[in-house]
Amino acid sequence: MSTLKLTGVKVDIKGSQILHGVSFTAEENKVTALLGRNGVGKSTTIKSILGIYGASGSIEFDGQSIIGEQTYKIVKSGIAYVPEDREVFAGLSVRENLDLAARDENPQWDLVYDLFPELKTRANQRAGTLSGGQQQMVAISRALINKNKILLIDEPTKGLAPKLVTEVADALARVAGSTTMLLVEQNLPLVKRIAENIVVMDQGKVVFEGSADRLNDEVFVKQMLGVSGGHN
Amino acid sequence: MSTFVLILATGIGLGALYFLVASGLSLIYGLMGVLNFAHGTFLTVGAFVGLFAMQSLFHSSDAIPFFAAMVLGGLAAGLFALLMEQLLIKKLYERHIDQALVTVGVSLVVGALLAGWFGNDLRLMMLPGFMNEAWMVAGAAIPVDRLVYVAVAVLLLLGNFALLKFTRIGLVIRAGVENRTMVTALGVNVKLAFSFVFFLGGFAAGIGGVLIAAYSSGVSPLMAGSWLIYGFIVVVVGGMGSVGGSFAAAMLIGILKQFTNYYASSLGDFVIVAVLVVVLLTRPQGLAGKVSA
Repeated sequence: MSTLKLTGVKVDIKGSQILHGVSFTAEENKVTALLGRNGVGKSTTIKSILGIYGASGSIEFDGQSIIGEQTYKIVKSGIAYVPEDREVFAGLSVRENLDLAARDENPQWDLVYDLFPELKTRANQRAGTLSGGQQQMVAISRALINKNKILLIDEPTKGLAPKLVTEVADALARVAGSTTMLLVEQNLPLVKRIAENIVVMDQGKVVFEGSADRLNDEVFVKQMLGVSGGHN
Repeated sequence: MSTFVLILATGIGLGALYFLVASGLSLIYGLMGVLNFAHGTFLTVGAFVGLFAMQSLFHSSDAIPFFAAMVLGGLAAGLFALLMEQLLIKKLYERHIDQALVTVGVSLVVGALLAGWFGNDLRLMMLPGFMNEAWMVAGAAIPVDRLVYVAVAVLLLLGNFALLKFTRIGLVIRAGVENRTMVTALGVNVKLAFSFVFFLGGFAAGIGGVLIAAYSSGVSPLMAGSWLIYGFIVVVVGGMGSVGGSFAAAMLIGILKQFTNYYASSLGDFVIVAVLVVVLLTRPQGLAGKVSA
């Protein structure tokens, strides 16, 4: 059964068409990586799923159409979001950032603090004073604190030091087996490690949808993403 | 020395009134980006309801009826603000120019209705006896009404602080001031917080309206004009979205205005505008505001 299905999704922002009929499926309990060069519409796709950008076409989640719904209702239906650039609330403490996100009757505090013990010791620290990596931990934890059906994660390792990339990648790998995930990521080693399926976008369209095994094909990677397989 | 103390006390009293006008403006702009030109209408509605409550319901100008009328004025203005938000502003989220035009329209329409109904003459408000008294402090006779304004402003500031710091809705408001989109992306209905903030802003303005009526000895449909302008100045100087910043700026402006008017022949308004210009040029985010990303 598919969890998230996009069909012919188009997004127009201020008169400029960004998505030209995007179609793909993120399957249940699998990690689907959304790949492509910068500016091809990956983040816009994520935001159109969340209703942050108005879209036309069809977006179905668990068999229900969510297109046109208000963002908070879409999220409450079981979709969690980790935005590009973290977007933690700088003036709130770490704990307040997590409290704001927690809406389940029994939030998964143990899971969050198990994945990122540092957040427990920094609970009262203002999120704006954290390092980029620590802010990413807060952003990911906000998504994991509730039992969601799918995680939409936008470039979680962007701009992080190599040690922190490993830490964040380990955390994502731990939750990857038990949840559906749509992951936008430029870091191909991480994608190869946790993704089962890939969707490659170019100029606002899907140009490939299939198994992540294709990332082992150097020619495919070079052709589709313009990079070599082991780097970036 | 006594003159200094008197001017300082009256300046703080004036600052307290500015704060009551500005606190709601600041929250409404900070959270929703709505430049609410109808905020003065909330103040006027609160003042009229407060006046009629004292005259019709309580038939008295004692202390308790006065404060009860003040709360009623605040509630009426809060409900009016909520009604306006639900009927007009809610449909115009993200359309800031339209919001500004609609709020200007509301202020004109309500002002005209009140003027047509009651006339523009000042309707006298009888103050409780104790508010006409004075307390001697360091040789200066401090009018008690100024102390009342300060006490109410401080109570409102503390109430705001407690609400923002210790409640779920306060958490949503603080986060929403920083990044509304991200709040909704966490599954929070930020529009409920918007409505609540409109009520809260109207409530504070309504309370301020009754106290401004006491300060001006009466109520008129034209009473809000200059107070609203000062409210905007306080919000800009204090920093959009910062209630604490508004309090500090209101005190600064109230005190500065009183001292300037006393020592420099009524140049108070000029100096306040000069302060506004300096803040806009050197620290556009205001005293307590944060730089936008």
